[in-house]
Amino acid sequence: MIKNISNLGDAALYCDFGKEVNKDINTQVIKYFKTIQKKNIAGVNNITPSYNKLIISFDLKKINFNKLKKAIDNIEIIKGDSIQNKKFEIPVCCEKEFSLDIKRLEEKLKMKEEKIYESFFEKEFFCYMTGFIAGMPFLGDLDENLRAKRLDTPRVKVPKGSIGLTEQFANIYTFESPGGWNIIGNTPLNIFDSTKEKEPNLINPGDLVTFKRISKEKYQNYHE
Amino acid sequence: MNKNYFEIIRAGINSTFQDLGRSNLYHIGVPFSGAMDNRNFLLANKLVGNDHNDPVIEFAYQGPHLKYHGDKINIAITGDVSFKIKKGDNLIDGECYQSFILENNDELDILSTNKSVYGYIAISGTFDLQFQWSSCSTNTKAKIGSNNGEKLSVNQKINIKEINNNFMNRKLNYINKKIENIRVIKGTNFNYFSEEGKKIFFKNEFKVSKLSDRMGMRLEGKKIENIVDTNIRSEGLIKGVIQVPADGNPIIMLSDHGTIGGYPKIGVVVSADYDRLVQLTPGSTIKFQEVDLNSAETLFKLYDLETQNLISQI
Repeated sequence: MIKNISNLGDAALYCDFGKEVNKDINTQVIKYFKTIQKKNIAGVNNITPSYNKLIISFDLKKINFNKLKKAIDNIEIIKGDSIQNKKFEIPVCCEKEFSLDIKRLEEKLKMKEEKIYESFFEKEFFCYMTGFIAGMPFLGDLDENLRAKRLDTPRVKVPKGSIGLTEQFANIYTFESPGGWNIIGNTPLNIFDSTKEKEPNLINPGDLVTFKRISKEKYQNYHE
Repeated sequence: MNKNYFEIIRAGINSTFQDLGRSNLYHIGVPFSGAMDNRNFLLANKLVGNDHNDPVIEFAYQGPHLKYHGDKINIAITGDVSFKIKKGDNLIDGECYQSFILENNDELDILSTNKSVYGYIAISGTFDLQFQWSSCSTNTKAKIGSNNGEKLSVNQKINIKEINNNFMNRKLNYINKKIENIRVIKGTNFNYFSEEGKKIFFKNEFKVSKLSDRMGMRLEGKKIENIVDTNIRSEGLIKGVIQVPADGNPIIMLSDHGTIGGYPKIGVVVSADYDRLVQLTPGSTIKFQEVDLNSAETLFKLYDLETQNLISQI
């Protein structure tokens, strides 16, 4: 449930679901997101779900904070509207040229490369949110022993398809972008396609994701 | 075949097609984009008799040098811009906020924006563009929008689908006001900063850094000290949000911003000041002034009213 609603500037509502990050709270956020999306409230021009927050921005010409807050306070979450979890298996190549930070991670985590990959590839991940750059999925949760901080100095360019780890999360760089996550491999799969306007994202909040290690040969000959 | 087109002799530094942008896509990571300076965008379209959301060319600093081929067409430039029009051997100084006719082989040379960043070219007609999510707005980082998500480049053609034969001469007396005081509402992490840091934020001047673009404006100044945590759980962003990362220098989110961020939010620029904020050039100084939500809403009403008044004067 929403614990508090405040204003983020003069044209957005900041809905706070608390401090914790877990699937239950995130599922609540996504339910609110879907319900509000269906309501088509006049003036709302973006709804952004994240781990435990929901930001609703609006056109100040059409509605204001107090009016929209009232509408959200009184909203009834559609019951039984469970989130459909799609499942995906993402192929990943971990050759040297792609696993840019594996050596750094070995040091940070005090773990051998093989152990890091073993733990990573065993996991089934939950997609908490998508964004930062178009289509980037934020996947959790990594096992405790795989949790590392971001790079001290972020890379100016992280290659498209890179799989990054930081804290309890993994992500996929949907296109080349600056970024500070620890890169452990690369997928040949296209995760974001802007020409598919209805469904540009392969992975959406609530979906379940596993990764599968592939050889360099498979990577090079990969066809979707 | 398009018989009416512009030939690009020089593309300019960052020339892109823009309209009002695209909404309801933050949740998949796609920002609004759209014209940075909304008022000047609207005025450009009105000066050539277009609908308010028709695509225009936005340029930054040095704009494009274009040669026109085709039937006569009406053009208008908005912003604070120096430009020339070449008709045969005649080189004419251009004036902003005034429509003018271009004929076959005429040239339009956008020399520079004056102590501002963005300017706009509107035509009495429709550019031949592809749209994504109902908007032509080019987002060069995500490669979304018209021109395959790229800025304009030299030797390419800008095709015109249709000319609307609206050759009325329109004019507006308007001077862009420069502001250095940017009004902000306290952000959701305002209390992450030390008393000294908060004071610095509202009392000191900051300098606009060269590392500013359509995604964000970086500022340099006295370090704003964080006493809680230099990271927050990643959450949604909106344009105008001022984040302060570990180095203590604020970054303001602009129209092509990342949709999610993990730095504490010290403030949010009020909607009324956004158009003028984006026009601040690198090196200029900026000072933040605190306002509450009620005042911000009133300021926006006034700003919008003023924009509507200007539009109705054309």
